[in-house]
Amino acid sequence: MSKRLTVPKTYKLFIGGAFPRSESGRTYEVFSPKGAFLANAAQGSRKDARDAVKAALGAGAKWAGATAYNRGQVLYRVAEVLEGRRAQFIDEIVAQTGVSAAAAGAEVDEAIDRWVWYAGWCDKYTQVSGSLNPVAGPYFDISVPEPTGVVAIIAPQDSALLGLVSAIAPALVGGNAVVVVASERYPLSAISLAEVLATSDVPGGVVNILTGSPAEIAPWLASHPEVHALDLVGAGELEWIDLEIAAAQTLTRVLRPEQGPDAAAPSLQRITAFTETKTVWHTKSLV
Amino acid sequence: MSFLEYAPAPESRAILNLRDEYGLFIDGEFVEGGGTPFTTISPADEKRIATIASASDADIDRAVAAARRAYERTWSKMSGRDRGKYLFRIARLVQERARELAVAESLDNGKPIKESRDVDVPLVAAWFFYYAGWADKLDYAGLGADPKALGVAGQIIPWNFPLLMLAWKIAPALAAGNTVVLKPAETTPLTALLFAEILQQADLPPGVVNIVTGAGATGATLVRHPDVDKIAFTGSTAVGREIAKAVAGTRKKVTLELGGKAANIVFDDAPIDQAIEGIVNGIFFNQGHVCCAGSRLLVQENVHDEVVDRLKARLSTLRLGDPLDKNTDIGAINSREQLDRIRELSDIGEEEGAERWSPDCVIPDNGFWFAPTIFTNVQSSHRIAREEIFGPVLSVLTFRTPAEAIAKANNTPYGLSAGIWSDKGSKILAVADRLRAGVVWANTFNRFDPSSPFGGYKESGYGREGGRHGLLAYLKGGAK
Repeated sequence: MSKRLTVPKTYKLFIGGAFPRSESGRTYEVFSPKGAFLANAAQGSRKDARDAVKAALGAGAKWAGATAYNRGQVLYRVAEVLEGRRAQFIDEIVAQTGVSAAAAGAEVDEAIDRWVWYAGWCDKYTQVSGSLNPVAGPYFDISVPEPTGVVAIIAPQDSALLGLVSAIAPALVGGNAVVVVASERYPLSAISLAEVLATSDVPGGVVNILTGSPAEIAPWLASHPEVHALDLVGAGELEWIDLEIAAAQTLTRVLRPEQGPDAAAPSLQRITAFTETKTVWHTKSLV
Repeated sequence: MSFLEYAPAPESRAILNLRDEYGLFIDGEFVEGGGTPFTTISPADEKRIATIASASDADIDRAVAAARRAYERTWSKMSGRDRGKYLFRIARLVQERARELAVAESLDNGKPIKESRDVDVPLVAAWFFYYAGWADKLDYAGLGADPKALGVAGQIIPWNFPLLMLAWKIAPALAAGNTVVLKPAETTPLTALLFAEILQQADLPPGVVNIVTGAGATGATLVRHPDVDKIAFTGSTAVGREIAKAVAGTRKKVTLELGGKAANIVFDDAPIDQAIEGIVNGIFFNQGHVCCAGSRLLVQENVHDEVVDRLKARLSTLRLGDPLDKNTDIGAINSREQLDRIRELSDIGEEEGAERWSPDCVIPDNGFWFAPTIFTNVQSSHRIAREEIFGPVLSVLTFRTPAEAIAKANNTPYGLSAGIWSDKGSKILAVADRLRAGVVWANTFNRFDPSSPFGGYKESGYGREGGRHGLLAYLKGGAK
């Protein structure tokens, strides 16, 4: 009896909740560390990046306006769905990076737990980072963090899944919409994560994932006037100073590259980095 | 002619004991500058006040080196409690010399004495007093235990609130344990130099605060200095953009407090009397030289005529003239350059079809003056509705629904402040939620407090000044 012929997946982009091919029609080959062909990944273009920003911009208001409780449940749902697909992610990480199944399992577990950790922050960071201000006068004065808007992220390049999750999740906690350029070498986990997001009640367009060359795509995101914050966490190998300069043109907020295993380590600061503090004063009447 | 004649009531200048020349304040002493000295004048009569040293690149080097030395040898090793005590001393000295500082500020800047005396200088003292108390409580700032100072902070401040902006910059920096090199604006260096004398009286260790005067190039040198760890800038968006580019790729942390084009939204259920006062305060406070000024008045269409009529009546009672006169409401424009810009944009407003109105008021012969001005029939596309004029010029636009008001208010690359006038609390809260601005004043405008974070969205900059948030701009997390 012959062995069953497998059905390989076509890895595409994730834009506006849909899975389009790159408008450029380009793909690039993804190989295992030993050189075995794994898949053709979509090679995102400038136009794809712009489409992704447009999708993020359109989806942002709804996500930002969702209740904190709701956002927390959606992020927790991501963890649930990811848990259910644990085996698939382990296989993909092993195939792409060559690590042991145990190491890949540990990475997936950590990624799942990171979603859970950040999910719990959704209805807490406002209290921790906001304030009621005791001003010297008859005013109610309160400061609260609000989402910055569209966050473009260059994901950590040496990690297939955990780096990506570590970069996306905190931006979502604050109510931002995200355009992320995945690891160029390990793009397959990113697109599989997109499938998780698409089935986790994350509204379409809130997370957009591009695969391809960060060096090619990043400049278009950095200079895009509707990108409000730029996370260069995984851009250490790029000409990232030029990206920071391009972002300065519209005062886009920039997080500089981080290196090593602690890159994008979970923290409250990663959440607040993509928030704007709004202070509201209201008069109190004299009674 | 005003509706009532008042006898002149000038605040005495006798309290001032100014030097004829001021040097740079480096390492605790006044020293000569390597650049060509310049004079600072009173914008009210264009008369010379004093000659001010100009810092050369070598002077900036010296100032940064002094700050670095003071950071490493003294300030970073001092207990938070003692740092706080120095700041408390400074707050008290500012209070003791408040009248003198107010007179100097009005003389050099052109703002009415009632504002420098009742707003600027009291807030300066309050700012130091507030941050003094933080110095030994940094563990509670929100970065976990034992947060660290950044090091040497380069700070560049504008001419609209010279001493107040100095306080906004220096107080949190020192409380967090940083040392400072501060550059005041070219046209308003005077109170910063009087403040240097206060630092001497407070016996602040040499080098903890250094003050380098000069023009824009001096600031640019400071921004690019490799031994500066932090840049804090308040000023125009154009310069802020250049700073953001200049620090790209460095370790420097940056806060930028830039321009604005704030919408002041008046709904038809607003308390109109208060709103009129708030609109006037919003745009004519400090001659409109306020980054968060309410320069775009958005009035609900059905109350437009009433609001504009009452606004005109109120403006007719404002007194323009001698900044040192206690009855003066509108002082002098800070510089000829700024006056030229206000004139140019106002002329463009007329050319683009908006209707210009100013009260009948006497403009003094000398100095830089601009009568309070209202433009009605302004469209969102007009340059006077888009560009920051930074003068006593109000553009009036209308709206019909809250959604339209929000859309128009947010239709700007800026996002510093906004105002909402309504007696309906639920409407205020809903509208405030959707305004993309860092400070929203509801049924008030232009309020400031050291405990209240201030700063912009979008191209109005990033980072916050004031409150615990303002402290974070000068700290980094300690050991995990």
